[in-house]
Amino acid sequence: MILFEDIKVGDAIPSITKPAISHLQLALYAGAGADHNPIHLDEEAAKAGGLPGIIAHGMLPLGFLGQLLTLWVPQRQVRSLSARFVGMAFPGDVITCSGKIAGKREEAGDKLVDVEIAAQNQKGENLQLGKATVALT
Amino acid sequence: MIDKSIIGKEYAPFTVEVEKRWVRSFAEAIGDASPIYFDESIARAAGYRSLPAPPTFPFAMIMDANQSFMILDQLGIDKRRAMHGEQSFVYHADLCAGDVVTGRQRVVDVYDKKNGALEFLVTETRLENQRGEHVCDLRTTVVVRN
Repeated sequence: MILFEDIKVGDAIPSITKPAISHLQLALYAGAGADHNPIHLDEEAAKAGGLPGIIAHGMLPLGFLGQLLTLWVPQRQVRSLSARFVGMAFPGDVITCSGKIAGKREEAGDKLVDVEIAAQNQKGENLQLGKATVALT
Repeated sequence: MIDKSIIGKEYAPFTVEVEKRWVRSFAEAIGDASPIYFDESIARAAGYRSLPAPPTFPFAMIMDANQSFMILDQLGIDKRRAMHGEQSFVYHADLCAGDVVTGRQRVVDVYDKKNGALEFLVTETRLENQRGEHVCDLRTTVVVRN
């Protein structure tokens, strides 16, 4: 169990690297995520929309960032999760999610830790930059 | 250009049921094999009523209720030119399979950058479960490339 008193600002949380995003995964996410925008499924539609080709749903790397947190602490301790989508993910991209402790605070009896999180592609480019807050004991 | 008078607009409430199969297929789609999303006995042992929904699942509920594309359609925006730009979740209570969730979405901001080449539509959605518990707040920014 991760204890509030053991956490230091600047500490890294365990990162995760996901298998390469496949077209199959985008099709599964289109179904389960209920997002059928053709820019995630159809090369021609993506190009017609002015994109270089099919792009991943932004919610896919954010889903990976959610997993980063739930692998670190039980999900119930995750109080918030947010990200800006600063770069696009494409089929074939290998996404690594990482996090660093940005702050510790006690609020209304809760011991809260703020984590800066990021999803990067295999070139080290930031695709998503965000924040999460988790409650520890 | 998106008419800024849409700021403050609230849409009719929507209701979505969280099905076990949906929780499992969502976890599978994001490549999360944690047994808590698949095996109800493990979820119950962890104190959940049923399979918990993964952290980003609430956005799938919004999409399932057509809340995002509905606004684009109403505004006459081609969704091939729309991209998700920012997303946040604030969690207040467990969200589990079997829950029947009611959501209310409203527009909180509209702005543009690069002389209108990029437009931003910001909405907030509040989710409550069948017991009237406040489950989650979402804030969504959609970017439209003109």
